[in-house]
Parts: sequence; C-alpha cells; structure tokens
Amino acid sequence: MSGFFDIPSDLQNTYFGLIGLHLREALLPVLAGLLVSLPIAQLCVRFRWLYPPVLGVTTILYAIPSLAFFVVLIDYTGQTETTVMIPLAVYSLVVLVPAIVDGVRSVPAETLAAATAMGLGPVRRYFQVQLPIAVPAIIAGLRVATVSSISLVSVGMLIGNQGALGNLLNDANIYHRPELAVNSVLTTAVLAIVADAVLVLVRRVLTPWMPKESTR
Amino acid sequence: MNVLNYVHAFFSDSSHWHGYDGIPTRLWEHVQYSLEALAYAAGIGLPVGLITGHYGRGGNTLALIATAGRALPSFGLLVLMFIWLGFGMLPVMIPLVILAVPPILVTTYEAMRSVDPSPVDAARGMGMPESRVLFQVELPVALPLILSGLRSAAIQIVSTATIAAYVSLGGLGRYIIDGLYQKNYEKVVGGATLVAAMALATLGIFWAVQRLTVSPGVRRG
Repeated sequence: MSGFFDIPSDLQNTYFGLIGLHLREALLPVLAGLLVSLPIAQLCVRFRWLYPPVLGVTTILYAIPSLAFFVVLIDYTGQTETTVMIPLAVYSLVVLVPAIVDGVRSVPAETLAAATAMGLGPVRRYFQVQLPIAVPAIIAGLRVATVSSISLVSVGMLIGNQGALGNLLNDANIYHRPELAVNSVLTTAVLAIVADAVLVLVRRVLTPWMPKESTR
Repeated sequence: MNVLNYVHAFFSDSSHWHGYDGIPTRLWEHVQYSLEALAYAAGIGLPVGLITGHYGRGGNTLALIATAGRALPSFGLLVLMFIWLGFGMLPVMIPLVILAVPPILVTTYEAMRSVDPSPVDAARGMGMPESRVLFQVELPVALPLILSGLRSAAIQIVSTATIAAYVSLGGLGRYIIDGLYQKNYEKVVGGATLVAAMALATLGIFWAVQRLTVSPGVRRG
C-alpha cells in the first residue's frame, strides 16, 4: 500500500484539497436544498392539496439518473462543479420536503394553540415553536440527503474529472494503482459517516429536551 | 430547445434500433441487471426487515448497517470491485445490492413497527400462530410502506446501473459513456432519456403493483 496518499499530479490537488472539494460539492447542494425545501414544505402544510403533487414532482426528478442529469446540464453549465451540484440539490428535495412536512405537522394542535394564546404571530410561531419541534425530523432527512450526496459526488468524475475524491478512481484505472481506488472509497465513506455523526450531534445540541439514548 | 433536438435525432436514426448496440438490446440488458440486483437486495432486506420489525428488536443495529451501506459510494465501489475482481457481473452486483439493501431494510422495519398494535394483539388473542400474525395481519397493513421502500431501491438501482458501462458492461449507460468519449452528444442525451424513461416506468409499475396488492381497507386508512 505504498503511495496510498500519493495523489497523481494530473489532479492538481492534494489529498486534503480533494477532501475539501468533495465536501463543498456535496454539502452546498444539501444546504441549497434545505433553503428551497423550507418554504415549499411550509406551503404544503398550509395548503394540504399541494402536498401530493409536490411529492410526485420531486419523486420524478429523483428518478432522473445522476449521470443522465449531469450530461444534460453540460450543455448549459459546462463540465464544471455547478453541473455536479445542481442535480444533487434537486435530489435532496425528495428527502427534505417530506421530512420537514412530517416534522411540522407532528406539532400538536394544543402547542400551537398555546403559542397563539401567548400572543405569538404566525412568523414567530413558525420560527420559535414549529421549526424547533420539527428539528429531529428535519435532521433525519438531512442525514439521508447528506450521506447520499457525498456518495454521489464521485460520479462527477465521468464528466471531465469533476468528482473530487471520485477522480482518484479514474487514476487508479489508468495508472494501475488500485490503492487509489481503495483510498477514494474509504475516504468517501469516512466523510459520509463523520457528516452523519456531526448531524446527530447538531440535533442533540438543538433539542436538549430529547432523551439522549435514542440514536436514530 | 437543443436537448430535444438531440433526443429526436437519436431516436429517429434507424441504426440505433438494431444489433448488439441497438436500443432493444441495451434496454433488455439494463432490465436484467436491475431485476437481478433488486432480487438479491429484496432477498436480503425483506426477510431481515420483516423479522426484526415483527419482534421489534435490533432497530439500532439496522440503522447502523443502513448508514454504513449508504456511506459506501456506489461508483467508487464499482471501480474498486472491477479492479479487484476483474470483468464480470459480480463487480456490478455488489455495489447495486449494497445501494438497495438499506432503503428496503429500514422501510420494512419501520413499516412493521408502525402497524397498529391492537389488531396484532387481537390476532394473538384469537390464537393465531406468530407466522400467521406476521403474514396475515402485520404484512397487509405494512405493505404500502414496504412497497415504497422497494420502489426507492428499484429507482436507485435503475439509475445507478448506468455506471456498469464504465467497467465495460452493457446496459443503457453504454450510450452515455461511449457518447461522452466519442463527443457524440446526441448519443449521450438519447441514453440519458432512455434511463430516465425507464426510471419513470419503474415508478409506474410500482404504482400499479400497489393498486393491485394493497387491500382497499388499508388504502382508505
């Protein structure tokens, strides 16, 4: 396993550089997905009839294969990081929208009534009551979206080495250095597991009232 | 719309409809890969999910296995398996099955856990053996959720089977990978359209299966 961290010069990046790139390509789309999902989910909670069609559209968008999505976007955004990030953001919606809708809906009616009785307006009620109570469900959705996003970035390798750690896979093939593929797979998996653990931690910090032992 | 022009050009070229690189051949290969992977994944995920869900044990272990399975990058695993095991179906099946087991396993477990306990108790009280409680009471109620888990697994398999072409196998990914190397954009877009259409067809099939198999009483509730 000599040269495990010896990154070929054609990638023009260091090992930690690739990790940073990978995290950026994976996490920015999830963040964008979250920012888009919050208003969409709120609309779905307000207008119940909107939820089934929104769910249908996100499911259909999710059905577009990542590689197919990438290559169609090349025509508009070129062989760039943006081309990898747009589909990942779109995929995150299929997990995040239902997670937020379920979370916000799970807030008991009495709690909402109490908040209203205390004089909270709809905006403050949303940010100070509904959203905090929905945090466990939202984080659960974020965990699935983040982990699959980190895993999918590698496919970007196929469109002109835009796959961060995934680019090592191509080099493993062309230079006959299998250890680079092992490196890519292990590092990506470790990144995903660490990101998942960080989100669990975030949930614990944000919801101090929850019992500690429930890890899921 | 330039993409639509490419799609039209791809499908109207009659040479794309014959021979070993024709659309029917590639489509059939893709269907075979997907069905095989789904069968293995369901063979692992369904029994384990049903039994653990029925007894309500091991939820945390399952969540851990699912996270680990999701964390492994399918594409990286494919290339790695190809380097280690060489050309063949096994390097493709391993990542596809690892990809598909977590959604099946976790949703089946959750589906079984979310079954209303009172009819289950009633069934036990009437003297039903555990196997009949599982298959005649819990399974029909849990079926819609179980099917949704299978559906998302199937869609992920169909879209991910595209990358099998990277390790010299067939399937619809052939058009995308070859097209990218040949700078034949028409072929790339044509292949992408076919995979997306197949994923949508999978959605349709699961919708139909759900209509047929889920009892009307459960659907109403």
